[in-house]
Amino acid sequence: MTLVDIKGLDVGYLRHRRVHPAVTGLDLTVAPAEVVALVGESGSGKTTAANALIGLLPANGRITAGSAVVDGVQTAGASERTLRRLRGSVVGLIPQDPMVGLNPTQRVGAQIAEAVRLRGIAGPAVRTEVFEHLDQAGVPDPELRARQYPHELSGGLRQRTLIAIALAGKPKLIIADEPTSALDVTVQKRILDHLGGLVREQGISLLIITHDLAVAADRADRVVVMRHGRKVEEDTPDAILGAPREPYTRQLITAAPRLAHAGRVVPRFDVRDQPVPDPILRLTDVSKTFPAGDLLRGRRGFNALDKVSFTVPRGRTHALVGESGCGKTITLRIALGLETATSGSIVLDGDEISGLSWNRMRPLRRKAQLVHQDPFATLDPKFTVGQSITEPLVSFRIGDRRSRQARARELLDQVALPASFLDRLPGELSGGQRQRVAIARALALRPDLIMLDEPVSALDVLVQEQILHLLADLQAALGLSYLLVSHDLAVVAEISHTVSVMSHGRVVEDGPVAEVFTNPRSHYTRELIDAIPGRRVVDAA
Amino acid sequence: MARYLGGRIVQAAAVLWAAFTLTFAILYLLPSDPMELQLAAAGVQEDSLTPGQLAAMKHRFGLDQSIWQQYWHHLAGVLHGDFGTSLSQQVPVSDLIGQRIGQTLLLSGTAAVVSLLAGSALAYLATFARWNPLRVFLTRLPALGASFPQFLVALFLIQFFSFQLGWFPALGTQGIKSLVMPVVTISVLTSSVLAQVLIKSFDDTLRQPYIVTARAKGLSRTAVHVKHAFRNAALPAMTILGVIVGLTVTSSIVTETVFTREGVGKLAQESVLSQDVPVVLAVVTIAAAIFVLVNLVVDLLYPLLDPRISHTRARPVPEVVTT
Amino acid sequence: MTATIAEPDQELQKPDDVRVGRRANLTANLAQLVRKPVFLLAVLYVLFVVVSAFRPRLFTSRGPYDTHPEAAAQAPSVHHLFGTDIYGRDLWTRVLYGSPLTIKATLIALAIALVAGLGLGIVSGFFGGLVDGLLMRAVDVLLAIPGLLLALSIVTALGYGTVPVAVAVGVGIVPGFARTTRAEVLRVKTLPYVEAARAGGASWTRVLLRHILPNSWGPVAVLAVLDAGVAIIAIASLSFLGFGAAPPAAEWGTLIADGRNYLVTAWWLSLLPGLFVALLVLGLNHISKTLQELTR
Repeated sequence: MTLVDIKGLDVGYLRHRRVHPAVTGLDLTVAPAEVVALVGESGSGKTTAANALIGLLPANGRITAGSAVVDGVQTAGASERTLRRLRGSVVGLIPQDPMVGLNPTQRVGAQIAEAVRLRGIAGPAVRTEVFEHLDQAGVPDPELRARQYPHELSGGLRQRTLIAIALAGKPKLIIADEPTSALDVTVQKRILDHLGGLVREQGISLLIITHDLAVAADRADRVVVMRHGRKVEEDTPDAILGAPREPYTRQLITAAPRLAHAGRVVPRFDVRDQPVPDPILRLTDVSKTFPAGDLLRGRRGFNALDKVSFTVPRGRTHALVGESGCGKTITLRIALGLETATSGSIVLDGDEISGLSWNRMRPLRRKAQLVHQDPFATLDPKFTVGQSITEPLVSFRIGDRRSRQARARELLDQVALPASFLDRLPGELSGGQRQRVAIARALALRPDLIMLDEPVSALDVLVQEQILHLLADLQAALGLSYLLVSHDLAVVAEISHTVSVMSHGRVVEDGPVAEVFTNPRSHYTRELIDAIPGRRVVDAA
Repeated sequence: MARYLGGRIVQAAAVLWAAFTLTFAILYLLPSDPMELQLAAAGVQEDSLTPGQLAAMKHRFGLDQSIWQQYWHHLAGVLHGDFGTSLSQQVPVSDLIGQRIGQTLLLSGTAAVVSLLAGSALAYLATFARWNPLRVFLTRLPALGASFPQFLVALFLIQFFSFQLGWFPALGTQGIKSLVMPVVTISVLTSSVLAQVLIKSFDDTLRQPYIVTARAKGLSRTAVHVKHAFRNAALPAMTILGVIVGLTVTSSIVTETVFTREGVGKLAQESVLSQDVPVVLAVVTIAAAIFVLVNLVVDLLYPLLDPRISHTRARPVPEVVTT
Repeated sequence: MTATIAEPDQELQKPDDVRVGRRANLTANLAQLVRKPVFLLAVLYVLFVVVSAFRPRLFTSRGPYDTHPEAAAQAPSVHHLFGTDIYGRDLWTRVLYGSPLTIKATLIALAIALVAGLGLGIVSGFFGGLVDGLLMRAVDVLLAIPGLLLALSIVTALGYGTVPVAVAVGVGIVPGFARTTRAEVLRVKTLPYVEAARAGGASWTRVLLRHILPNSWGPVAVLAVLDAGVAIIAIASLSFLGFGAAPPAAEWGTLIADGRNYLVTAWWLSLLPGLFVALLVLGLNHISKTLQELTR
């Protein structure tokens, strides 16, 4: 008998007195001890479907049709009491963002104990179980950690705590909502491995909700692809990767680099045997130390960067890759002159810029521009698209209104947006469209070098593809150089020629992407590459 | 820890000193002719005096000294509990205040407690009541309470409960019954302010992701509210405790005037009317001291309740708009 | 030159007949506001009171100082909307003629608070560091003196009347404005689009005027409307306590205080002007709340 049986489920959200559908006609089953992955982009309805299963929709969510049977109990339209009996003890939930998923004013052990007590355990046995579950979830030194508060734990430990809470209910099914998003890639891999092992060991079913088809393919027995609230395709990973039926599925596969190349990461550019052009940007022995008592960092004398050196050759893309806290973002900001280095030299197109005052640097700004990570905050919500794009021209007093308008049209064309967008406000654009506008703005001054700070990490997988292609095309057409910062090796493989791998403020390895990805020399690089999901190699059909 | 404690106390003392200085500056530097002001308060017409008498008066009030000497004199006095002499009543200010402070503390204290209870109850019901129309009504109620000037509330209460129904006395300080309407008058405003902050805080807290985590464990709604929502929602409200107490203290001015209660509030009103500068200075200083003290206590207790705030970082303060 | 893309972004494609852009945004907001009946009522009432402050004659034909001893202390009726006082003066007229004093005092108080508060907040948030620390300490000191007492001190020093009361109340409101403005400036200052503008060569002046201020004014406007209500209550309270304009000129607070002695016999003398004021403040609160929901 199946553990979860969803038939014809319709779920919607009530907004302005109308119900906007989020899930339509969903059929889904999960068998005992089975791992199923729900894959889809944002707005596909995957999280909504999982929430609806145990009645945890937000206040304006409604199940409008269909049935959902969990362990023999109908949950669609069920009373709160019925649902409560299922939550925790039959179905456990690992929520999406571990940084905010725990009560900040309660000790971690107490939060796990709460789940244990709900099973009827009392007295000293509770404490023992709490430590046991923490241990199971892979938390070292459980007695110490149980007494701590969430803000004292790292993201990875918080995620493990949430796993422990889910396990403490001894459920038959665990729903893991986007278990990979908020954490560093190596941490994600370890946690997913661990979770996978646990559920197999204890015979628990697992429902993974993810936007990453590669993660789904790696770890699930069955993959269900959703789009715009409907199920698009469903099959075993081998079948889906080997012979995808739907064009959408095929698009998703193409967009995931490892899957597209049968389990290997194949960089787009191989420049190992080519001559190196002149550098447009060269950093030599750049170090940055935050002084003791710096309020922002809260530590005493923090070494953010330690003798970082690299070059960006003209017309090429150099990437800085590493996990959070490795110093790649600070390096980018120093290269752009937004922060000052403690020591070292930064040479932009032949001009030394370290130590230059803002005003002295200003004329050089025309050579190097920036594209931010967050497309939703990178445009002034009160500026129209046209105004945002032409602002650099206005700041430098280039041209008059007419010529700026013409230039704006030209730029929109370059980023493949229609000219009618000139009068739109950012609120009327999607994430991908906003990022295109940001790129157009960066091109306005005809720079030689563009710094890209995680340019696609906030976008959906297919949109990421589009933007990366756009960037590559622009580079070919305009001879641009890029300095790319990313935590995602797949993105790096897509558009970079050379790469520096950073860890704890140091460059651990560097060289052409083709070399570093196929023959990594440092252990850390190898770890990073291993952590890219999608290793499941597909046998040629 | 002791260092933090010491630091906070020094800071509080500094703020209090600055408040005293500011009030002194307002009262002694702002008027076009401070002396004429103070003489008038003492009931003396400047032109009716001979130069000799004028000089004697000046000396008596310490007005022949430079402003710095006067300031130092007053400051030193305050540190010893001596607030000078009332101009209109020729008695030591501390006596005047001492006689009346009991009444005011009784009134403000009771009102503060009542507001805390009423405001919290209102906020709780407005968030958790089952019946939707009731929730909507209760959420709008604090705005109503904050819109009525306190003197108007007092007059309405007197009209109804004293004159129409005869339940409570309209003035005086005799017995518990005379305390009821003044306390209600003050509490209408202060509990509305508290309720508004708490309602918003509850709303924010219930939207937090960890509430979903708690529900997913299988906890009942009540358990989620009690164990997870309450404490986190109450934190921001704690930080406005100083404002609430300050409000109850200043509300006593209007309330005691309308209900004719002989407290420090009424004293304040009378002394402003007669421009009795030393009394005004004393009342303001004491009120500021109370405010600073309450804030200090909250500052010291807050880290105990919110583990995220260590003793080195400032606590968050929500915006409250009132007089 | 076009980049090769599989298909254009499908998300958020607006059909061609839906208008977009700044003007459409504004009209959409206004349309939303017009559809709220309570909001409209509040706006109308506030407008009425403000207009009566400048042209009381539009709403009454009588004079505020016309005594008619034969018609003394009459209850509200069709002839006398608010009744008459003990000198036979029409109370409705007296209330309307009291508007200019209170409204003008409120406007002065708000003007002081806006100029000083905004100035402090912008300087503090923009420059940060030592300047910020000093200014915020000063604001803390102002806050330590409870509002009404600060006002009373200023009135003691400057004497009674509309202007001293306005100044006193205005100074008391400054801290709220300063804090809110500062918070907004700090928030916007660190947003990516400000940084993008700087990277694009914009000077700090341009950033301040074109990016920070336009995006900060929302909460400040909400606060301004709310504080108008607070100011009105404070001014009325001060004149109630006896510190307002001298008779026979009558601010609302003075009117209410005068009627206090006749509560038993002529309750309308105090309570009707009081309701008039309370409705005004209630209206302002509602407008402020609606604006807040809109700008969220």
